[in-house]
Amino acid sequence: MTDPDARLDDLARARGRIVGALTGLMLLQYFGFIGLIAFHRELLAVRVVPGLSLGILLGASVIVISWILTVVYVRWANRRYDAELARLRRHAGQP
Amino acid sequence: MPQAPVSPAPLGEPNPVAIGSFLAFIAVTLGITWWAARRTKTTEHFYAAGRSVSAGRNGLALAGDYMSAGSFLGIAGLVATSGFDGLIFSTGYLVGWPVLLFLVAEPLRNLGTYTFADVVALRLRQAPVRMAAAASTLATVLLYLIAQMVGAGGLIRLLFGLSYEQAVVLVGAAMIAYVLFGGMIATTWVQIVKAVLLLTGAAILALLVLARFGMSPTALFAAAAARHGDAVLEPGRLVANPWNAVSLGMALMFGTAGLPHILMRFYTVPDARAARTSVAYATGLIGLFYLLTFVLGFGAMVLVGPEAVRAADPGGNMAAPLLAQFLGGRTFLGFIAAVAFATILAVVAGLTLSGAATLSHDLWVNVVRGGRAAPTEELRVARAATIGLGLAAVLLGIAFKGQNVAFMVSLAFAIAASANFPALVLAIFWRRASTAGIVAGMLAGTGAALLLIYLSPTIQVDLLRRGSAWFPLTNPALVSIPLAFAVGISVSLLTAEPKAIERHAALERRRHFGAAPG
Repeated sequence: MTDPDARLDDLARARGRIVGALTGLMLLQYFGFIGLIAFHRELLAVRVVPGLSLGILLGASVIVISWILTVVYVRWANRRYDAELARLRRHAGQP
Repeated sequence: MPQAPVSPAPLGEPNPVAIGSFLAFIAVTLGITWWAARRTKTTEHFYAAGRSVSAGRNGLALAGDYMSAGSFLGIAGLVATSGFDGLIFSTGYLVGWPVLLFLVAEPLRNLGTYTFADVVALRLRQAPVRMAAAASTLATVLLYLIAQMVGAGGLIRLLFGLSYEQAVVLVGAAMIAYVLFGGMIATTWVQIVKAVLLLTGAAILALLVLARFGMSPTALFAAAAARHGDAVLEPGRLVANPWNAVSLGMALMFGTAGLPHILMRFYTVPDARAARTSVAYATGLIGLFYLLTFVLGFGAMVLVGPEAVRAADPGGNMAAPLLAQFLGGRTFLGFIAAVAFATILAVVAGLTLSGAATLSHDLWVNVVRGGRAAPTEELRVARAATIGLGLAAVLLGIAFKGQNVAFMVSLAFAIAASANFPALVLAIFWRRASTAGIVAGMLAGTGAALLLIYLSPTIQVDLLRRGSAWFPLTNPALVSIPLAFAVGISVSLLTAEPKAIERHAALERRRHFGAAPG
């Protein structure tokens, strides 16, 4: 069994990587959308199907992608992160 | 296609269904408050509902705290009158939630007890950090409260026929009763009831709209474009200055993760896992609600018409009520009117509780009494602060009657994004953050947000009627957030605080394991 402090550091780094990547994706998708509104508005006016502009489609996808990233994080945290924390807690409980 | 036969006449007349639904809401919530008051004995009950709220209930309560009348009525009206531009707000109000989940929710639950300042001050010197956090919290809460009060006064006048002042006093009295006697337990249940009512009302309204277009949103959008021009489906004049869109986006995204009344809710759940799950539920519900605003807004545009919406209220706030009246007659209008009122009451209760918590827990206990005050004293001060804040909200609401206060909500988000969010992120994740750095960063963020709003076209051109404004953007976040981070980091580097650096390792452990020994 490796040193629990080192294992907590590993877990902290893994969490840092996951939340870093997910936060980056959130910023990318939202500010990508805002950037298109700000600087390429003619692109958002393109019709995907009659009645549906690319702008409205992307606006709705911002919400849907936010949901997906939320679910990805919660599944990882509930399964991996909490399980490893529980192992470390048990370990710390033993002298 | 039905031509809009709406006359705004019944608005402003006493509507029996509206009054009945509203009285039922007041009766139920006061009943809850009476029940909660008997359970509110300690500060932990008053501020944090005994930390016994389940993840699902907290998810609903978070949604209730966050979905204000501004987003229900304001965004529907914005979409009804300017089309796609309103949807920028619909998406912007949601995207802060995943950020809040990834960066703030769990560390906050594990590191703090009642306010977000607990976390920021954890390894720093208490008094200066608490004072800076209390200042930005009070600024955020008061601005938000004024906007809600002025909105409530106008709305209730239009919907129930009460005078503006009567409406403001009524809202103030109900909110003081909830918070003073029922604390966080009552506030949580008021949020839950409100969230269920608002989501149900918005969903029924959206389904009634879609039923007229073969259940097809694209058919609805096509009808809007056919009647009011293709431009309603495209970015328009609201974002004439492209950097405005970026700045607004930053304020909405990072402001959500810094709103004191939202952050406080994470202390009501038993542990970090419940905090995490509750944000996931809230994100689902709030996202659903903002998707519904797409349908409500364009529905009001096609079925009621932008002219009728503006005729009822120049601010566009009557789009959803008028749509309800068109689709379901006065009965449904009455229900939606009561839902809108319940929405305002719940949001002001949450705001008042977080303001009272910062006055009592941060300022009185941790600054004035140096952390040595009996819990009974803390509870007494928190209750006195509730009464004080409630009276202040009523007086400010009356003082700002007839003023255009829409900018105050964006200012509240801008301060939360520029002062609270950078302070939290730096204090939790950056080992070298120092007391002076955090305080300077918070003051720079708050100060820059206030100053730049004052110099912006919103105040200079729209309010003071000057020809031009010194600062070109309507939202300061693009400048004030990076400035707050830059000041926080550079001052921390200049004022190294060995004790704070030393304590960071303990904070790291506690961030994962919580306060319990791990």
